Amino acid sequence: MSAENPERRAFLGKASALAAGLAIAPGVLLFGFAHGRPAGEAASGKVRWGMLVDTNQCGNGCNDCVTACNKENGLSGGTKATDSQWIRKVELKNMKGGRNLSLPVMCQHCEHPPCVDVCPTGASFRRADGIVLVDKHRCIGCRYCMMACPYKARSFVHEPLADQKPDVPRGKGTVESCTLCVHRVDRGEQPACVEACAKAGRGAILFGDLNDPESEISKRIRTVASAQIRADLMLNPGIRYEGI
Amino acid sequence: MEHCYYHLIYGDKLLSVPIRVDPWLTNSMMKTFLFVLLLAATPAWAGDSIAPKLDIGKGGQCVEDPKLMRKTHMDILRHQRDETMRLGIRDPRHSLAGCIDCHASTKNNSVLGGSENFCQGCHVYAGVKIDCFECHSSKRKTVAEATK
Repeated sequence: MSAENPERRAFLGKASALAAGLAIAPGVLLFGFAHGRPAGEAASGKVRWGMLVDTNQCGNGCNDCVTACNKENGLSGGTKATDSQWIRKVELKNMKGGRNLSLPVMCQHCEHPPCVDVCPTGASFRRADGIVLVDKHRCIGCRYCMMACPYKARSFVHEPLADQKPDVPRGKGTVESCTLCVHRVDRGEQPACVEACAKAGRGAILFGDLNDPESEISKRIRTVASAQIRADLMLNPGIRYEGI
Repeated sequence: MEHCYYHLIYGDKLLSVPIRVDPWLTNSMMKTFLFVLLLAATPAWAGDSIAPKLDIGKGGQCVEDPKLMRKTHMDILRHQRDETMRLGIRDPRHSLAGCIDCHASTKNNSVLGGSENFCQGCHVYAGVKIDCFECHSSKRKTVAEATK
């Protein structure tokens, strides 16, 4: 093909040496490129994970985030009262103006979560980085948290399950909800719904660290109008919506 | 009355047991008593011909001494479970998924299934119920991911 370009070769050589220098061992990098923590490190209170959903980009009838969530977490995808649903697509219509609105509603990962307040066993808890989770080892299935949640975000597992995902243990008799894909976040990846939304060409969900003023999500929250659902409850959810 | 110590070996621990010797308890009686105690204290593993024959999967070097693991794996797993769940510390050395990755059977890629499978085989033998797999996957992660 073309004659070799010595300058390009030299550049590639340096670039690969730099890349090799950053990697301490295969799979272990000197610093995380996407906020991934080292395996032995606890979740930090300096970080607060959150999402910004742009309802102008979110499409009526598009269900990709829900499908991706079901696939990632091993949910059946059923919508009966007894089926687990971690995300619901909510369709709204303004009767006066006629504007249609579509938005995904999942666990809002509140700063002051009512589900944690009411849990009698300490199973429902908020991790240092703001992710609200159920410790199923402690959950007795009383479902107080389901009553307390103003967003109807939690589900109860009624039937015995089989073939759960290795990263997402789920079991009969416990309450569960959106984990913000905590297993992916800990690896430095984005939640499955965010990835699916971007893949569908909408990019309506932005995920990031609300505490980092330089993060994309913080910059956007500073520059465009966004709101929390039921902000009047003063729960300070980590999920925010644009255009509602 | 006098105090003396008898040394018992329990598993890999040395126990020093203080014993009050009453005058009526002769030395030979004490020796018989201690022998019986020693028999009762010997772990079931030692020289047991009916111990389960396990398929240890990939096997290789365990993250801890196998003798320690036999006795304390439940404590190690419970400790790691709380660290991971509550604090987000994901140490692959003591994770349940890590155990399964090494010890899932080479035949069905699971730690459950029959008397040869690593977890089930031993737990059936010991008569101890395992709750882990009512929620956790018993399959090797790479295989479980491939058969989505």
